[in-house]
Amino acid sequence: MSTTEVSSKIEYSDSEDRNALIAVKSHLIAGLLVFLLMMLAGLAMRAAQGTWLEIGADLFYQIMTVHGVGVVGAAMITSTGVQWYFLRQYVKLSNGVFWTNFFIFLTGVVLILGSIFVGKYGGAWTFLFPLPAISMGAWSTGAAAVFQLGLLVIGVGFLILYLDFGRAILARYGSLSRALGLTQLFGKEPVDYKHPAAVVASTMVLIVNFMGIAAGAVVLVMGLINLFYPEFKPDALLMKNLIYFFGHVVINATMYASVIAVYELLPRYTGRPWKTNKPFYAAWFAIVFMVMGVYPHHLLMDFPMPAWGLIVAQVLSFGSGIPVLVVTGYGALMIVYRSGIKWSTSAKLLFLSMFGWAAGVIPAILDAMVTVNRTFHNTLWVPGHFHFYLLLGLLPMLIGFAYFLAGEGDSKERPKAVDSFGFYAYLIGAFMTSMVFLASGANSIPRRWAAHLPEWIGFAQAGTIAASLVVLGMLLFIMRALISLPGANNPR
Amino acid sequence: MISTVYAITLVGIGLVIAVFYFVIINSKKTEADYQSITKKWYSVRSKWFIFLLALGTIITFASLNPFPIPDQHKEYSSNDYQVVAVNGHQWYWTMTPATVKSGQPVEFQVSAADVNHGFGIYDENLILVAQTQAMPGYTNKLIHTFDKPGKFKILCLEYCGLAHHAMITELTVE
Repeated sequence: MSTTEVSSKIEYSDSEDRNALIAVKSHLIAGLLVFLLMMLAGLAMRAAQGTWLEIGADLFYQIMTVHGVGVVGAAMITSTGVQWYFLRQYVKLSNGVFWTNFFIFLTGVVLILGSIFVGKYGGAWTFLFPLPAISMGAWSTGAAAVFQLGLLVIGVGFLILYLDFGRAILARYGSLSRALGLTQLFGKEPVDYKHPAAVVASTMVLIVNFMGIAAGAVVLVMGLINLFYPEFKPDALLMKNLIYFFGHVVINATMYASVIAVYELLPRYTGRPWKTNKPFYAAWFAIVFMVMGVYPHHLLMDFPMPAWGLIVAQVLSFGSGIPVLVVTGYGALMIVYRSGIKWSTSAKLLFLSMFGWAAGVIPAILDAMVTVNRTFHNTLWVPGHFHFYLLLGLLPMLIGFAYFLAGEGDSKERPKAVDSFGFYAYLIGAFMTSMVFLASGANSIPRRWAAHLPEWIGFAQAGTIAASLVVLGMLLFIMRALISLPGANNPR
Repeated sequence: MISTVYAITLVGIGLVIAVFYFVIINSKKTEADYQSITKKWYSVRSKWFIFLLALGTIITFASLNPFPIPDQHKEYSSNDYQVVAVNGHQWYWTMTPATVKSGQPVEFQVSAADVNHGFGIYDENLILVAQTQAMPGYTNKLIHTFDKPGKFKILCLEYCGLAHHAMITELTVE
């Protein structure tokens, strides 16, 4: 197979393309709506901590649980929509499998919502063993079981989708290492600057998520058995390892799936190529291992963990900041610099996502140091760093893609006033939300507290104002998505 | 430590903002010769990469030497260490004794009776001074020396159910 042949795009029938576009839009609209609801949940929690809203601790922790699981789920389903849209241009993917995962996902969502709001499950999305089984009467065994079953169902759907990804990638490239660009990296094939970044990124996501979800399935099944047969008591530290491996990998992978939009669209907006080359392949090869290896940075305060595991976690956490600082973020800066880019809302959001990711690395890397973690672990510093990543990194990629799909990216008109207003409300709100969390963490305020001590209430109130701005910006984005997306033609 | 980490974060984020702002204000002009841009900035990138590698190596060695977590296999002698047995329950702490002396290291032997908890020691200004996880089936040894007397608070730092935020007790340091 020649390299030019590999780089050419796949042909589908018109009806397949139409159906695929509807599927991608469904993923985006569903995902973004869930994000909006989860932002409202986040706003409610900050307002409750700031004493501006009175809700009971049981409802607070149910909201906290739905917020966590909802954001992870929305991130997965929306980023998969973005990834699938681009990947199917290079490998032959099945619409049927894509839809199947979508409907399995919705089934899981119904189970999870039922477990939380009917069954009153409030054991956090991390279902940290053995909390789901020991609630002191707050929720039933059944509610905990349905929650974990919901997660398991969603995981199965994604595994089916990844099987299709794997089948299609192998059919086109012969091996995962070739798809990752390793044959080029190690000199077995000449470097093909047109080897699709979407294929490289998707192969990485496929590998890590397959492992992550498999580990998740194992821990969920063990948890389910324990719920009904309490004499089966798995080791708490082993369960913690599996849960954080699963949780870290799946949420982290959403960034790597969504960044495909940046690789594909910034060249379109700047008229410059984003070439894949050896540093690019090397970075993505390293990411495969780093995304899977960093998870013990969640376990730095679990002193029985082997020291080498914690050292590896610290080193890899630093290491996983390097690809974005040296390859992806740096590449985005180069491609935009003196490009004459027209700043459409899509372009602004995609560029913002690179800022969010690059800057968000800093508090993340610091907290992943053992010595720092001793006074930052489980403070609001942690939500500070991941809200930075998610609000300023991931969501701008997803919304930037939605604007592209709505046809705004290639439009010659200036962005509408409502879009610009939405963008700045969102930008300021998201930045403030993250910075207030970081400031709270630097003041040792713990995370996951329904009621805050009087000394901390000012921070929560500032966070509430910031979160309101995020919701306002997101509302405007969603309105645009709902109005413009459904009827938009596929941008060519 | 906390204020240093916070300051590094603010300065770091500020620098990233400055770089992105520089590129944004330089995005309007069009430089048709993209190759000359990539050539120049690829060479800067190599240096930037080496800088980050060197920085990472230095930070790793400096921050892990000595290893910041107390040796869990070591028997801390009762002559040198005050011993406090801690157990986390839904939703209270048991701590024996609840009074220690300043100036002499304390070995907290931390465990949990039911689910995971987080044992966080806060000073009188509500600043976190030390912590470890409290896990069922494990006893974590946390060593801390209080340098001055005072009333410290113990807060739960791992979500453990509906009254997680009410799991507060007091430790007296004489």
